[in-house]
Amino acid sequence: MTIAAAGDTATEGSRFWRSIRQLFTRNLAAKIAATPMIAIVLVVFIGCTLWTVWFSFTNSRLLPTGSFTGLDQYNRLFSTSRWNVSVRNLALYGAFSLVFTLTIGFLLAVLIDQKVRFEDAFRTIMLYPFALSFIVTGLVWQWIMNPTLGLQGTIRGMGWESFTFDWILNSDMVIFALLIAGLWQGTGFMMVLMLAGLRGIDEEIWKASRVDGIPTWQTYIFIVLPMMRGVLVTAVVIAGSGIVRLYDLVVALTNGGPGIASEVPAKYVYDYMFTAGNIGQALAASTMMLVTVMIIVIPWAILEFGGGEKKS
Amino acid sequence: MEEKGVFGSPWTNLWEDIFMKRFAVAAGFAAALMSATAVPAVELEVTHWWTSAGEAASIAEFARIFEEETGNTWVDSALAGSGTGANPVIISRILGGNPMGATQMNTGRDAEELIQAGLMRDLTDIAEEMNIRDFYVDESLLEPCTYEGRIYCFPINIHSWDWLWLSTAAYEKIGQPVPTDWNEYVDSWPALEEAGILPFGLASGWPISGVPGVLIAGIGGTDLIIAINRDKSVEAVRSDKFREVAEALDDLRSVISPEMQVPSFGDVGNQLLAGEAAGNIHGDWLQGDLQIAGGVPGEDYECLPALGLNDMLTGGGDSFYFPVLPEGTDPAVIEAQTQLARILLSPEAQLAFNLKKGSMPIRTDIDLSQANACMQKALVLLDNGLLPSGDFALSSDTQQQLQDLSIEFINDDNISVDAYIDRYASIIESAD
Amino acid sequence: MSNPTVISTTVALDAVSGRTDFAGPQGPRPQPFFTPKRVIIYSILFVACLYYLFPMYIMVMTSFKTMPEIRFGNIFAPPVEFTGEAWVKAWSSACTGLTCQGLSPGFWNSVKILIPSVLVSTAVAAVNGYALVNWKFKGSEIFFAVLIFGSFIPYQVFLYPLVMITRELKIFGTIWAVILVHTIFGMPILTLLFRNYFASLPVELFKAARVDGAGFWRIFLEVMLPMSLPIVVVALILQVTGIWNDFLFGAVFAGTPNLPMTVQLNNIVNSAQGTPEYNVNMAATMLTGLVPLIVYFLSGRLFVRGVAAGAVKG
Repeated sequence: MTIAAAGDTATEGSRFWRSIRQLFTRNLAAKIAATPMIAIVLVVFIGCTLWTVWFSFTNSRLLPTGSFTGLDQYNRLFSTSRWNVSVRNLALYGAFSLVFTLTIGFLLAVLIDQKVRFEDAFRTIMLYPFALSFIVTGLVWQWIMNPTLGLQGTIRGMGWESFTFDWILNSDMVIFALLIAGLWQGTGFMMVLMLAGLRGIDEEIWKASRVDGIPTWQTYIFIVLPMMRGVLVTAVVIAGSGIVRLYDLVVALTNGGPGIASEVPAKYVYDYMFTAGNIGQALAASTMMLVTVMIIVIPWAILEFGGGEKKS
Repeated sequence: MEEKGVFGSPWTNLWEDIFMKRFAVAAGFAAALMSATAVPAVELEVTHWWTSAGEAASIAEFARIFEEETGNTWVDSALAGSGTGANPVIISRILGGNPMGATQMNTGRDAEELIQAGLMRDLTDIAEEMNIRDFYVDESLLEPCTYEGRIYCFPINIHSWDWLWLSTAAYEKIGQPVPTDWNEYVDSWPALEEAGILPFGLASGWPISGVPGVLIAGIGGTDLIIAINRDKSVEAVRSDKFREVAEALDDLRSVISPEMQVPSFGDVGNQLLAGEAAGNIHGDWLQGDLQIAGGVPGEDYECLPALGLNDMLTGGGDSFYFPVLPEGTDPAVIEAQTQLARILLSPEAQLAFNLKKGSMPIRTDIDLSQANACMQKALVLLDNGLLPSGDFALSSDTQQQLQDLSIEFINDDNISVDAYIDRYASIIESAD
Repeated sequence: MSNPTVISTTVALDAVSGRTDFAGPQGPRPQPFFTPKRVIIYSILFVACLYYLFPMYIMVMTSFKTMPEIRFGNIFAPPVEFTGEAWVKAWSSACTGLTCQGLSPGFWNSVKILIPSVLVSTAVAAVNGYALVNWKFKGSEIFFAVLIFGSFIPYQVFLYPLVMITRELKIFGTIWAVILVHTIFGMPILTLLFRNYFASLPVELFKAARVDGAGFWRIFLEVMLPMSLPIVVVALILQVTGIWNDFLFGAVFAGTPNLPMTVQLNNIVNSAQGTPEYNVNMAATMLTGLVPLIVYFLSGRLFVRGVAAGAVKG
């Protein structure tokens, strides 16, 4: 698949020098084009990750200047109930959010792809929440879900006295309150992403499947979906990274409450980094997040990206 | 391959239509803006997180006096939200070598590492020239600003958490006199609950964080708060006195559940004025909200300093820091820093600022007859000196851990008083 | 899933090689408007729209109310006393610290940050994605995998190291620092976006262009880019939203003369003390959301189908 493999007709003797030369000159334009990425990966993503891991083993406070203290920060982290609750919350939120985001996003994209009228209007209505900051997303949903001000109070006022919708103040349900607001904000973008994937599918595929008499829904599931694999991977990564970094929405909607029932790891990192001025602790938490992500992602990444030559 | 690609494509149209034209407009506008702001006077950028109406009015007094007296320009960089909004920006800019001329921060240990790293300007000469030790309310206020005998920041006011706010309306409803100390207040709870009044109003989140300190100083007393906050004594946390404090907090927990908590402390102020809630422990800045809502101290609400039990207040406040400016900075800007530092402590600015801020001035030689009834009470207690509050004496890290613990405890009935004491003790044990 | 994959590959090959001049309508079979299926489709879309529009209704209504009405009234009720004051205040007179000019002063700064940041980050990522698919080099997949990990790190963690890096590059406190930071943080997701999209395009296109002797840049500009309009739109949506709404990096890296509008928005919406003016908050947020919204609207017409097919035929 790579052009790089083309045209190698060297004799035994000159092969060595040729390959050295080729290391630099072959696909020179491509190498130059990839330089920013390589630099950023090396300096920022690898460099800063090592920085993160290293300072998680120190007692650094406001500034990254502390001395090595081994696993102290981790011992403290694991015995902190706020952290443990945060991790549990994220697992729960993450599982639901991933499933719902992808399913709803795909279904909406398919529906919109049915040559509906007012496509622009539908798409914009579903997408606009993405333009609004989490601060206001949180505020509005806080109102709607507020038991006295919002939906519950209004419906009870209309006569349905037993109607209950108090998730935002209920330790067991508050995660689902976050989910409602999170899906509202994010599914529109997933829909657009999936729609782009659908629109990237060759026209001829549809004609062929129609000629073969394959029902539309089967075409979507068995032909189109596998062909959209790239977009799906992108969607999973975007949704996943959004979940892991979940912070603003929690701050705006529940601020971690009631009690610590909706705390999340990124908020722990942020609070200890900037409010508490304890970089060591924040970076230990951040390193744990990273390790968790690696445990989940590495096997998949090896399958997806590491398998050398891969059909597209 | 047909060459119908690039230049006729919608992509290029989009590029030209939207981006290039707009960029031209933006660039032109920016150029115009830059030439317009090139004024000769020295500008001093000041960062702070006082963005609400009352707070902004108070810092406007500093700005006004600074501009009137020096002819320089105060460039205001307000950043809402101390910990999450302002702190990262202030610290990053100082680290990145693009410091502001001056910045507000809490009086306390938030910036101690910046001082140690030599990033803050040494103000000792100005301090000596002004003889600040002669007029500071309590020299202990300068402790967080002092490093190796030199002074690196100026506390400009005193704020205190040490207040029990009581609703006149609520006590009228139950036909009892407004309590005069914590014990009377606790005794009134059953009657309040019977009348459908919330004994203790509370906003969710951080506002609970100040309550344990107030209970320690009030119920536990002067020795206990000093032993815990200043000396970080674990024995003090495990003492019987502290157990009384923890039990008081447990009592509070029994009358305030998550459903009863309101979003912001200003809402608690409204509950007090309406008589929906009878009491609240919160910092003196709550008064700003009570006043805006039309409350008058002594009529609509009563204020009990130190729970009516102690004769000293715990307190902290705000300080100003002056970062070391990079080499090559116009000496006039450095001079402007000096001028501002002097002005912040001047009697005129102290009076004007603190009356608007609702805080107490750091000078003893100011006529505060204009101050309201609550502040007058505080001034009496202040004559006895100041006790170290948590935000003054503990590191931000310890404060954050204690806050997490308090929030968890007040909302979760499954955490026993013993567990609370254990966890409090282990946080204090690891405090530095 | 092996079976469907086989089907899809054969169909794809069929499609590329065969029947080309059937210029019929796009997508699944065209339908008359009122079939049961259409009714169901529109019903679902309609209900979904209610979910998406409901909070907007509350925001708009609240922004046109007076504060007393918000405090004592029902959040669902339309305003009794309809007033646009909150909008005017949010734009031009709300106080953010000492200056009371609303959101307006930061608007052009935000534009100044937005345009170069979006263009640079999107362009760099598009080239990356293209290089990763069509011009693989030794280790390119490893670099890419690391990049993907980067998208899972809470980026606030990188704040201090990036301050140090930009300080050493002598660009801290300038517009260049912001552009760099947004390019860095946009890179993982955007590169992934473009890489996977380019990978899904028929490789025959690239091979044909190579045979014609076209080089790296020419193939990118003349073959790949024109076919990637939908994904460019997605990238724009992602970047415009992210960069326009960013508070932390703009406030830290852009330097005082360039502070973005979100600094003022944050000051209006996030003030700790005083009763929040919810009507102004709502108006301010909607005003801030306008620029991304306009981009969404304008980019809508680029969502055309069949670009790929067109290019094959060409």
